[in-house]
Amino acid sequence: MKHRALLMDEDAIRRALMRIAHEIVEHNHGVKNLTLVGIRRRGVPLSERIAANLMAIENEAPDVGSLDIGLYRDDLANRPFSPVNQTSIRAQMVDRKTIVLVDDVLFTGRTVRAALDALSDFGRPTAIQLAVLIDRGHRELPIRADYVGKNIPTSRLERIHVEVKEIDGIDRVYVEKMDVAEETE
Amino acid sequence: MQDLLDLESLSKQDIIGLLDLSQNMVEILDRPIKKVPTLRGKAIVNLFFEPSTRTRNSFELAAKYLSADVINVQKSGSSVEKGETLWDTARNLAEMAVDGVVVRHQVSGVPQQLADILDVPVINAGDGSHEHPTQGLLDALTITQAKGSLAGLKVAIIGDVLHSRVARSDIWVFLALGADVVVSGPPALLPQKYEEFGVEVTADLHRALTDADVIQVLRLQRERQSSKELPSLWEYHLRWGITSHSLSWAHPDAIVLHPGPQNRGVEIDSEIIESSRSRILPQVRNGVAVRMAVLFRLLGGGHDE
Repeated sequence: MKHRALLMDEDAIRRALMRIAHEIVEHNHGVKNLTLVGIRRRGVPLSERIAANLMAIENEAPDVGSLDIGLYRDDLANRPFSPVNQTSIRAQMVDRKTIVLVDDVLFTGRTVRAALDALSDFGRPTAIQLAVLIDRGHRELPIRADYVGKNIPTSRLERIHVEVKEIDGIDRVYVEKMDVAEETE
Repeated sequence: MQDLLDLESLSKQDIIGLLDLSQNMVEILDRPIKKVPTLRGKAIVNLFFEPSTRTRNSFELAAKYLSADVINVQKSGSSVEKGETLWDTARNLAEMAVDGVVVRHQVSGVPQQLADILDVPVINAGDGSHEHPTQGLLDALTITQAKGSLAGLKVAIIGDVLHSRVARSDIWVFLALGADVVVSGPPALLPQKYEEFGVEVTADLHRALTDADVIQVLRLQRERQSSKELPSLWEYHLRWGITSHSLSWAHPDAIVLHPGPQNRGVEIDSEIIESSRSRILPQVRNGVAVRMAVLFRLLGGGHDE
């Protein structure tokens, strides 16, 4: 038996992404020299929405690209094979740019660690910042987000599901609590 | 997927999965640092019992771009020359803890036999006249990039089809992806039995090329020239050579592939190789991406469920 609770609906997500866009503009004094990099998969549509918000605020669009970190995972040997998706960023979008990495959920920090490694293969950014829709805690690495849509304290037995229209047909965030019995199966 | 021995036994789903993966690997070749850490700590051995420049170097670079360590064993200068059997060579290498074996051999079926005795993945880099699976995949990838899809395309394979492992792998992958395949060449070198698989077999080049969207030109294996199966080079060029004249029979947007190395002026004219119709250099680039995808697929995960 799983218990679900809705954490964010479409409006809440939209407002959070607009606030993040404002914070990015304020922090970086505009969008000049800025590249948004969405982490596959759900970070990609979120990065595109933040870019659209930046365009609406500043009337200037940042570069936007996607990054798949599948080739940089630190647990490849312990999990079944899974394919990698397309990476669209190029060296000229990274070298001497300010990068804002965008992902849906910040949890252990291992995905972000892999993304930092991947970015350094494209060039040397001036700075790298991190934007996430949800920060659920339980970091295993010294990594923190610069822009957070919503902080949600969770237990490790819970799962956070972020769904976006572009992939899932709906915008919502919910938490799923697994029974202890199920967890130990 | 444990090994890559042939394309005949792969499902359409497996083939599409490998091609998607290959397409996503192409981008790595454009990076300033062409090295991802994926296979760090893995060792791969290239066992090449037949001469090869392109395929061996392509496998070696693919492994290195994925951070694997690579060693090359060739026939000359190795214990094979001293009479050691292939099986003993392979077993000894396995004992040195290699994680994957890439093998090319003049005898069909050797990769399968190696896979039977080794616990690590075996990749066929060409065996006799059986198959050359990574070549079939890179041809399919090159066509997909140029045409969007293979479904409904007319693909003509021209040359010594009978002895060609490239033709065999090409036919399986092209048919799996929905293309219409026609083969043409000297009658003695055309296996009629391919008709059973839905392949059109004709010695008439004009018929084979009419409305073709893709032309795969096989290398004329000149070492077979003495066997009397082949006409003279001059006659071959006249009847089955790809020239601006014969190319005019194909679809106006038709592309030309060749697995290399080319005999310029025999099976294909220099001006075609250099023309905008040629996809021969993209084939070579895609070959590295395909081999990265295959190595990642076979060595880049824990145990398959």
